[in-house]
Amino acid sequence: MGSFELICPAGNPAALRAAVDAGADAVYLGFRDETNARNFPGLNFSRPELAEAIAYAHARSVQVFVAINTYPQAGNLAPWQRAVDDAARLKADAVILADLGLLDYAAKRHPDLRLHLSVQASAANAEAIRLYREAFGVRRVVLPRVLTVPEIARLNAEVDVETEVFVFGGLCPMAEGRCSLSSYATGLSPNKQGVCSPASHVRYEPRGEALASRLGGFTINVFGAGEPAGYPTLCKGRFVPGGGTSSDPAYLFEEPTSLNALALLPELKAAKVCALKIEGRQRGKAYIAAVVGAYRRALDAFERGLPVPALDLEAMVEGGAQTTGAYTRAWR
Amino acid sequence: MKPTLTLGPVLFNWPAERWRDFYARIADEAPVDAVVVGEIVCSKRAPFLAPVMDEVIARLAAAGKEVWLASPILAGSDRERAAMRDLVESDLLPVEANDMGALALLEGRRHAVGPFINSYNEATLAWLAGRGAVAVSLPAELPAASVAMMAKTGAALGLSMEVQVFGRAPLAISARCYHARAHALHKDGCQFVCTNDPDGMPVSTVDGQPFLSVNGTQTLSHGYLALAAEIDRLRAMGIQRFRLSPQDLDMVAVAKAFRAILDGARSGQDVMAELRAMTAVPLENGFFHNMAGAAYADAAAPAA
Repeated sequence: MGSFELICPAGNPAALRAAVDAGADAVYLGFRDETNARNFPGLNFSRPELAEAIAYAHARSVQVFVAINTYPQAGNLAPWQRAVDDAARLKADAVILADLGLLDYAAKRHPDLRLHLSVQASAANAEAIRLYREAFGVRRVVLPRVLTVPEIARLNAEVDVETEVFVFGGLCPMAEGRCSLSSYATGLSPNKQGVCSPASHVRYEPRGEALASRLGGFTINVFGAGEPAGYPTLCKGRFVPGGGTSSDPAYLFEEPTSLNALALLPELKAAKVCALKIEGRQRGKAYIAAVVGAYRRALDAFERGLPVPALDLEAMVEGGAQTTGAYTRAWR
Repeated sequence: MKPTLTLGPVLFNWPAERWRDFYARIADEAPVDAVVVGEIVCSKRAPFLAPVMDEVIARLAAAGKEVWLASPILAGSDRERAAMRDLVESDLLPVEANDMGALALLEGRRHAVGPFINSYNEATLAWLAGRGAVAVSLPAELPAASVAMMAKTGAALGLSMEVQVFGRAPLAISARCYHARAHALHKDGCQFVCTNDPDGMPVSTVDGQPFLSVNGTQTLSHGYLALAAEIDRLRAMGIQRFRLSPQDLDMVAVAKAFRAILDGARSGQDVMAELRAMTAVPLENGFFHNMAGAAYADAAAPAA
């Protein structure tokens, strides 16, 4: 078992260069359309930008993975198949896929292209992972954020596939690729359009001293005077469990918090996890540089058996709060 | 081809006696052709149903229903994986797979693909058919244009294609239990508080607007998905199976109403009026009409 690979996000060429320069082992990114799960305005890569990104990264021995991880729309497979073809042609080091039909296409059309299974495929058990391995030759699986570290360890003992886990950034409390909450509220979905709580459907509404954040036809949160108003990500909103109204609504699904699994490095290593992934393709280059750099220093210290330096990332985490998510049972 | 009316699994934590009595009545009175049974949301609940499972299956089979066993939606923990393996290995009844792990174990056997496996396009359908699936239940969020393409492809592949036409739309599944969390309990010591909400725990916005429904680790729509007025259009597309998801109301009456549409005895609009009278929650069809799932579109209006 070698060192952990550090897998870093890039939403644009500047962020890619920041991630590469700050010590990423690989950068993951997507094309500028609905074929990837971070299809936000102003984000992602054109074909020429991808070619330049790969040249920049490869010159520095950093790999580039292309996420094509939404579910192709019935009757319109071409954009997704073209994305796979272009990633292969431009010599991406891997494509990250979720859809069964697209995996089948990629495995048959590009037998030498390295396939990673996206977290959007929600493969949470050894039986499923073996199927993806046998049917499509998938080499690595990004594990859904629903497993504890002991569950990950048992899974790795059973499967002959590399596993990659999220260690930092935004946190889906739901099994990824199996959530239609945004689609229910707005008509646009992570699986179909690659958007979660899409900005096109967000509104902020002053209410006296307070500020309400709305998504589609629904109020997702109300912030009191002086309370920082966060983005209305649906599963991080305040609601009233039990229905009706309440003067004390709750973060029913998840607080606005960020995942930080730095403290779990020894356990993840013992669990034979191969790669650690940082979330945040929508983040700017300063954020990417800070987070990737901090994790690089921490991993280098860890691999040398030295004390892991504390991350000075308080400013980087959502709501100033951090969690180890599903990795520890406390989350449940 | 005669359309099939399917009753999906009970998603909620109904006490075993109530669950058994529900299926006894379905067996005797409901004009459904197929019934999918099993605890698919939370593996902690499954032991409660185990003692009455055989009786329920026998009763449904004796009534001439085609009985399927459904696999759990999310099989991550050891307990969930064991339940998934037992289900497939028992080999008593055909299985509807709701997780890729179950699908893996079912290779070479007659099986159905449930609505919790992501079947969004024709390439995926072809792959599923190639592994031996005989029926595919489509995800609730597919719009009409996708459903039409899937129905056409499914027919060419020999698959029996299904769409949910009644009951709360499943929206998300998690490892975390929101019922327990809402009651300030840990999942491991949940005290089975989900039993208190036989139709799911209502969730409203801070403005008091009804929004979602929590069922343990699962999140559902608040409104009931209802595609009664779209049945003729679905049949014209080639959809052969129509799924009702059990709610805490008279499901025999619901089944009779949908059967009457399939038999050409009642109009979809007429049945929608009956459904509205039966329930206090809104009826929704937005997903099918390419709108927010929570929306309701007049089915008589021109297609978007």
